[in-house]
Amino acid sequence: MYKITEARFLAPQVKRFRITAPDIARRRKAGQFVILRVQEGGERIPLTIADSDPGEGTITLIVQGVGKTTRMLNQKEAGDAILDLVGPLGKPSDIEPYGTAVVIGGGLGTAIAYPTAKALKQAGNHVISIIGGRSREFVILEDEMRAISDEVFVTTDDGSYAEKGFVTDRLNALIEGGRKLDFVLAIGPIPMMRAVAEVTRPHGIHTVVSLNPIMVDGTGMCGGCRVLVGGESQFACVDGPEFDAHQVDFRTLSTRNAMYREREKASLDAFEDHECKMMKMAEAAEKGAGV
Amino acid sequence: MSNPLSPKARMQIPRQAMPEQEAAERSHNFEEVNLGLDDAIARQEALRCLQCTSQHCFNGCPVGVKVREFIDLVVEGDYLAAAAKIREDNVLPAITGRVCPQEEQCEGRCVLAKKGEPVAVGYLERFVADYERTHGQVGLPPRAAPTGRKVAIIGSGPAGLSAAGDLVQKGHEVVVMEALHEIGGVLVYGIPQFRLPKEIVRQEVDNMRKMGVEFRTNVVVGKSVTVDELMNEEGYHAVFVATGAGLPIFLNIPGEHLCGVYSANEFLTRVNLMKAYREDHDQPVFDCRGKDVVVVGGGNTALDAVRTSLRIGARTASILYRRSAAEMPARAEEVKHAREEGVQMLMLTNPVEFIDDGKGWLDGVRCQKMELGEPDASGRRRPMPVAGSEFVVPASMAIIAVGNRGNPLVQATTPDLATNKKGYITADDDTLKTSKRGVFAGGDIVTGGATVILAMGAGRKAARAIHHFLETGEW
Ligand SMILES: Cc1cc2nc3c(=O)[nH]c(=O)nc-3n(C[C@H](O)[C@H](O)[C@H](O)COP(=O)(O)OP(=O)(O)OC[C@H]3O[C@@H](n4cnc5c(N)ncnc54)[C@H](O)[C@@H]3O)c2cc1C
Ligand code: FES
Repeated sequence: MYKITEARFLAPQVKRFRITAPDIARRRKAGQFVILRVQEGGERIPLTIADSDPGEGTITLIVQGVGKTTRMLNQKEAGDAILDLVGPLGKPSDIEPYGTAVVIGGGLGTAIAYPTAKALKQAGNHVISIIGGRSREFVILEDEMRAISDEVFVTTDDGSYAEKGFVTDRLNALIEGGRKLDFVLAIGPIPMMRAVAEVTRPHGIHTVVSLNPIMVDGTGMCGGCRVLVGGESQFACVDGPEFDAHQVDFRTLSTRNAMYREREKASLDAFEDHECKMMKMAEAAEKGAGV
Repeated sequence: MSNPLSPKARMQIPRQAMPEQEAAERSHNFEEVNLGLDDAIARQEALRCLQCTSQHCFNGCPVGVKVREFIDLVVEGDYLAAAAKIREDNVLPAITGRVCPQEEQCEGRCVLAKKGEPVAVGYLERFVADYERTHGQVGLPPRAAPTGRKVAIIGSGPAGLSAAGDLVQKGHEVVVMEALHEIGGVLVYGIPQFRLPKEIVRQEVDNMRKMGVEFRTNVVVGKSVTVDELMNEEGYHAVFVATGAGLPIFLNIPGEHLCGVYSANEFLTRVNLMKAYREDHDQPVFDCRGKDVVVVGGGNTALDAVRTSLRIGARTASILYRRSAAEMPARAEEVKHAREEGVQMLMLTNPVEFIDDGKGWLDGVRCQKMELGEPDASGRRRPMPVAGSEFVVPASMAIIAVGNRGNPLVQATTPDLATNKKGYITADDDTLKTSKRGVFAGGDIVTGGATVILAMGAGRKAARAIHHFLETGEW
């Protein structure tokens, strides 16, 4: 069992956890992930390690509640525990002194990009962060990103906060404004990563994305996480998760990621139904008790 | 010798049949197919043994189980002694009794096989092991005084487990590290419940725990910790690498990334380890109810996958194999069971393309007919495509079971560990020593995909060599 020492919501359905895992905390590098199982009968899901504190022996995970497992996880509080946790998995990010490095995070992607942005900064890069969200409440980790970036731009799709538009609008503006960009890291929803790849491709800017295919073991044993990169099959859990954005077949990735959507929806519905009933029961009990 | 019958009388007894669940019923559930012998049938079967002095059966067993002696004890009715006799050479008899390819080993060598049917050694092994299990009398061997030496075993499949069992008896401190959240390797994530109930594996693991073996799950050596760190920082005196052959080979044909196309490892892991077929488990698997499923390959893995797909509701389930039935490497019993359950066997059939339904999902498999040419390096006749023979097999799910390569995680972080060109670790045949002092390797990670019993045999050999190394310090 792995103990949760801290749990706090950062945005609707987005929660940050600190979990005791000293061995992982000590070894992990930016770009790596863990696979966890919340409880008996639960599925194995990969989550990027957002940060770690080797002294304290904890790792930080930031979880977006999109399916049953992540919702269930998001109900956990400090003091609760997680059944299985394995890592650090995957290759660390390639951190080099590129020069000017742009780090783009869309929605939860900001949490995944944060450790790499931090490492890029430590390696002496001029780091420009562009973080985006659908609307104000989906922009996360702005303060953290400011602390480790030389410049920060924030965009929201609906203009409810900062600049109205997409992260790619801001990226385009930088390029058109004549900024020399040496490296771009983009992490977020597949359409966003794909759009970034198309913006940088004509300019030949080295661009890396972190892919999130469905995984099971995370050790190269099942091949379920295979992605097409430059026409070749790669296992994201061992060969990635970061790949050259200009080589990735995003369409195949997004179709494969939708493989269990119906089943996931059904189990999420059942879970929400259950949550809802529990809530009603709790309310009824409160009323009954005259609280 | 306790057999009262004359050799002639023994030879008149027909080979006893294994009671089974009806094919029509079992193909829809995950209960064990073979139900096991009862006392009377087991004794009757044991009486068939000629107790010959040549003991070909013993020679045919990769770990040298004293077949004649244990069968004699069955005749005497002393099942616990029979089980103990097997355990002298084989620590997992309830498992091997179920999954060994007996027809190529003990039974294949049985004198009776020449004229008729061999003694059902596998059934008898299973019988005594189950008897021992259900009577709660597994005789745990005594443990020698602590030696103060520590051994790390990487991987908890049959190779790792058997080495652990032997080393802990010698008084060494043994820690088994496993990447997954359950102990057992292929025994828990690969071989399905209907062939090897997981309770049996769990019980064997519990026995080892009682003997003092420590198991650590969720440790991926090469990622969580390296071999060098184990030896230099964590105080292990020897390491046994038993990581199996877990890197699936794909066909590299168009359409392999379509939804509905799986490696057998993934499909079986989802169903066996993660129990995707059960309502109370969350891991999903393709819903093949009422759909057509094909499995590419002809080994045990292919047969396990195809029979599993029937059990989770496939309308039709077919094997596509590029050679002929005679070359199928699967256990004979599995092929027979699969046929009875309605699995279609498309032999001399080679997939060339997975067909897209236009939305990224599998809609069928384009295949070509093959014919057998001259023998190839494996000694089997090489399959050659027949020109103009392409046809389409309808399928919504396809499972690829054409073998594995060695998982490179340990080797990649242990540069002084020599490997061959297929990525398997090079180890001495007798001592299983690798190129790195103090590190031994065995099982599928050395041989490539083989069998449970060979992996166990390797574990034993390694244990012997490791013990010698720990006692003498000689490399
Ligand atoms: C579906 C299927 C059916 C089969 N049926 C039969 C059968 O009927 N009869 C038969 O005799 N054989 C059968 N086999 C073959 C047999 O199971 C294998 O030969 C045998 O299990 C090999 O044992 P092993 O101990 O070498 O490796 P494995 O059983 O593969 O175990 C290796 C273990 O190491 C773990 N591991 C890998 N890398 C690491 C790492 N870096 N750190 C920590 N742990 C790690 C893996 O997770 C795994 O648990 C079958 C195989 C499959 C896949
Ligand atoms: S998750 Fe199984 S191989 Fe990558």
